[in-house]
Amino acid sequence: MNSFKFLTAPDVPAAIQLTDDQPLAAFIAGGTNLLDLWKYNLVNPTALIDISQLATLSALRELENGGFRLGAAVKNADTAYHPIIESRYPLLSKAILAGASAQIRNMASNGGNLLQRTRCYYFYDHQVPCNKRVPGSGCPAREGYNRMHAILGASEACIAVFPSDMCVALAALEARINVTGIDGERSLAFSDFHRLPGERPELDNNLKPGELITSIDLPEKGFPLNYSYLKLRDRHSYAFALVSVATALEMDGHTIKEARIALGGVAHKPWRSLEAEEFLRGKTACRENFAAAADIILEGAVGLEYNRFKIKLAKNAIIRNGMMALDPDAQLPGAQPSL
Amino acid sequence: MNTDKNVGRPISRLEGREKVTGAARYAAEHPLEGLLHGYVVSSPITKGKIVEIDTTEAMAIPGVVDILSHLNRPKLAWFDLQYTDMDAPPGTVFKPLYDENILYNGQPVALVVARDFETARYASTRIVLRYQQEPHQTCLEKHLDKARAPKKGLATALKPPPPPPTGDFENAFENAAVKVSATYHHGTEHHNPIELFATTTLYQGDGKLTIYDKTQGTINNQLFIANVFGLHYKDVRVLAPFVGGAFGSGLRPQYQLFLCVMAALHLKSHVRVVLDRKQMFSFSHRPPAVQQMHFATDINGKLTALGHNTLAETSNFEDYTEPTSNWSHKLYPAPNTLFEHKVVPLDVYTPMDMRAPGGSTALHAIECTMDELAYKLKIDPLELRLLNYSDVDPSAGKPYTSKALRECYLEAAAKFGWDKRIAEPRSMQRGNKLVGYGMATGIWDAFQFPSRVQIMINSEGKMVVDNATTDIGTGTLTVMTQIAADELGLEMADVEFRYGDSKKPFSMFQGGSAITSSTGVAIVVAARSMRKKLLKKAAEMEGSPFRKAKEEEVVFSSGHIHLKNDPTVKISLKDIIAFNKGAAIKTTKMGRPHMLKLRKYSLATHSASFVEVEVDRDLGTITLTRAVTAVAAGKIINPKTAKSQILGSMVWGISKALHEESIMDPQLGKYINANLGEYHIPVHADIGELEVIFADEKDSLINELGTKGVGEIGLVGMPAAISNAIYHATGKRIYKLPIHFDELI
Ligand SMILES: Cc1cc2nc3c(=O)[nH]c(=O)nc-3n(C[C@H](O)[C@H](O)[C@H](O)COP(=O)(O)OP(=O)(O)OC[C@H]3O[C@@H](n4cnc5c(N)ncnc54)[C@H](O)[C@@H]3O)c2cc1C
Repeated sequence: MNSFKFLTAPDVPAAIQLTDDQPLAAFIAGGTNLLDLWKYNLVNPTALIDISQLATLSALRELENGGFRLGAAVKNADTAYHPIIESRYPLLSKAILAGASAQIRNMASNGGNLLQRTRCYYFYDHQVPCNKRVPGSGCPAREGYNRMHAILGASEACIAVFPSDMCVALAALEARINVTGIDGERSLAFSDFHRLPGERPELDNNLKPGELITSIDLPEKGFPLNYSYLKLRDRHSYAFALVSVATALEMDGHTIKEARIALGGVAHKPWRSLEAEEFLRGKTACRENFAAAADIILEGAVGLEYNRFKIKLAKNAIIRNGMMALDPDAQLPGAQPSL
Repeated sequence: MNTDKNVGRPISRLEGREKVTGAARYAAEHPLEGLLHGYVVSSPITKGKIVEIDTTEAMAIPGVVDILSHLNRPKLAWFDLQYTDMDAPPGTVFKPLYDENILYNGQPVALVVARDFETARYASTRIVLRYQQEPHQTCLEKHLDKARAPKKGLATALKPPPPPPTGDFENAFENAAVKVSATYHHGTEHHNPIELFATTTLYQGDGKLTIYDKTQGTINNQLFIANVFGLHYKDVRVLAPFVGGAFGSGLRPQYQLFLCVMAALHLKSHVRVVLDRKQMFSFSHRPPAVQQMHFATDINGKLTALGHNTLAETSNFEDYTEPTSNWSHKLYPAPNTLFEHKVVPLDVYTPMDMRAPGGSTALHAIECTMDELAYKLKIDPLELRLLNYSDVDPSAGKPYTSKALRECYLEAAAKFGWDKRIAEPRSMQRGNKLVGYGMATGIWDAFQFPSRVQIMINSEGKMVVDNATTDIGTGTLTVMTQIAADELGLEMADVEFRYGDSKKPFSMFQGGSAITSSTGVAIVVAARSMRKKLLKKAAEMEGSPFRKAKEEEVVFSSGHIHLKNDPTVKISLKDIIAFNKGAAIKTTKMGRPHMLKLRKYSLATHSASFVEVEVDRDLGTITLTRAVTAVAAGKIINPKTAKSQILGSMVWGISKALHEESIMDPQLGKYINANLGEYHIPVHADIGELEVIFADEKDSLINELGTKGVGEIGLVGMPAAISNAIYHATGKRIYKLPIHFDELI
């Protein structure tokens, strides 16, 4: 049998120390991604370090700066249904609830969600080449069935997309990621956490080996009045986004004071364009302006044989979601027939 | 039928509690002392040869017992014939671990046997296999030039080729007033029952084997195993007490059965082999197809020409066909017809029947073409069907034994509110949503197979009914119990139906929506004989009031025989058996279709589906809001289990129209979404409100019960109805399935 060690640690430093002793160890939180990868022969850790019970990773709490901290081991479901998230960061709540299924959200942790791997068919099949899995082996997706793949920020080596919904909202909200490693603690801006594939598609993010995500900090501003998360996929639930959009607006009458727009399902990381958001500042919230912003966001988008549709779909989705953000109550779950 | 007390009632399935509480054991769940576990090693290449198998490292893993491959497997039957099963298409049957040749991706190349499943699976990753690859062809659309006529064989009997041409199709089509030509594309689908394919073989050591198998045909697999391994068929017993869905995939013995039995015989031990979900994509599937349609009408909408040419995938070793081009002329009369069916052999496993094989693919193309004609003619689509309605089967020139399709159309249309449809596409809206109405016809076979049933009345006066059929989740147990109870006037609680066992009297595999009519009729025939026997015995009893009673003068009810004209005169079945010295009375009879009488008729079930969709104007997202399907399938034995069959197949129709596809990467020659996360089937949110209507269809000709079967007909009309609704909503006709929402923006 495939034997491995199952290790627990009393606290964060001890957990990190374990990674130093066991270089081929993996942290395990909910296991909803790690165990799948293992069963598919994509990873083969010699030890698991259970972080799901660590107290510091398990809290949801207010921060002194007015923000809110999400423990890395807190479950996606507990995060989405937390009263403060629902009232102050409803965009995040909606994005989480658009993902996976109720059962998976009950297991999945916030830290694990950030580190879930792409759903590219070719990545998932250890019997075929994949630059992300085996650097330099090639990319069958480029000439293959690339319906789910990237239209923005892809490289010759890799066209995979990052599949998370939660992270699209976190990108729009400009969360920060707190990590601890053997060299101490550091904090990363959300936009610096995930990376584009470039020449190194095997790296999904800028976490260093052995580093543990301890928490995610939400800033004070949660855009509770005007927000919307729109997820477009091949069935109405339990499917990954082909395109998703998180929109958060701060309004002054009909005028946009501040806009945040992040896209999921289109790139190797949640996609934002500061230029587009700047463009919307001071503009009327209307279809035309959202369309113009969409054009800025999608500048340079490249379609392949099966994913070309994403360019137009993303544009239409950005426009629609902008309009929906003006009236978020109209599209709370249940009031949203076709999505 | 003696009484009609249970038949016609919506009775919940009798084994439901066992299933929902987990008490029901499926093929992989029978515990055995000392059981060994096999894990299948699948070929990662699509075509070529195995040049080396190095098992040194794997064999050294503690707990590994053996690794079987073509290099070290025991000697097996040599001739193809011995591998043939009742559903084998013409060609050379695939023989697992036969030699070094790789015929398709995912082909089993070795079986690791270990003391537990985890060790076997782990050891499979430690085997070094080297291959010599050859170029492969796996993509239907790229190799249409290879199309050729299929070979004929035994299986052709159930799957007849399309009828010969009539009139002068080319000329008629050329000069027709109104015509539509269109090409429809269908992808591959895999059955994916939730129960994984599995076999547990009990090695009894006395030359006998008891095999728990996931199958739709216990006797089919019993004979297969006996033939392949040179055993006497009486020494092989195949049991399938519960089957967690199969949808056609269990009509043929699958390779896990072969490998499991081979390992059990070789190792002289109990062995279990369970496939994993990815391996569920390594055998049977619904073949992809290209259908070229040419339909024409006169200016009033009467069809004048029907042309339907199907090009469908098959493997390079067997010629699988499903009736596809055959259907339009069974529904619609037209003087000029041309129907063809060709196969394109590729480096894939042989396709296999999957719920409404051929019919669900064909009727999509046929009924979408009819829809397109309706728009061209500016005739309501329903009216066009009624205009071309036929009580006879035009393709055979024979009347149907019964055909309540008109009632289906009208009742479903009324329930649905079809009259509220505004004809113009894109003319109905709800906010951002375009609303579309679509309808389509369904037609399917009404098969009956020979079936043999034993009935026994035991010392308690209770009835035991034996037949080898399975219950693949359709409600067979419940329905047979209902039929049997009424035949002898018993409570259902006093009837035991024993099934899922090859030792029981003969049944064909459970397919083609045939078992209710097959085993059900056999029960009727055997019960008739039993009533005779019981009456005769009763007449022999001392002072019997039945001494002179004729059959038609008595009635069986409440566990007694009564005189019809004085029901207080009665004898209990229990007393009759007591008089028989407590010995059970038995009878075994065969039920058969009345071939001679039925030769003058055509037999079919019909349906009409009406569907409403909403399509988002900017985003293309499709929501099926509601659907109504009316079915004409003769007598409905159990309206509850029958409704479940129709609901389930309507959901499958949604799946086929909008979700389900096995994606073949032509470069790699393999299906790349071989898991249930990426092989999409509808979730609850995709299903909308579904309604089922059973049209009142009395059929006194078809068989003793007047039944036709409901397992498949509910699926047939749905994909076209959905496609047509999408066209009505958006003005876009998508000539392929599944329809992706992005095609609508
Ligand atoms: C069928 C299915 C459908 C899904 N659909 C969606 C969807 O629609 N949208 C969506 O967003 N997600 C979806 N998911 C993904 C799901 O959200 C992730 O699997 C989940 O969030 C991962 O969390 P986990 O706690 O289970 O992670 P694990 O599986 O425990 O870990 C994942 C990875 O993160 C590492 N890790 C975990 N926690 C930490 C930490 N604190 N610090 C450092 N490393 C850590 C692990 O070592 C591992 O490499 C789906 C998953 C499945 C199985």
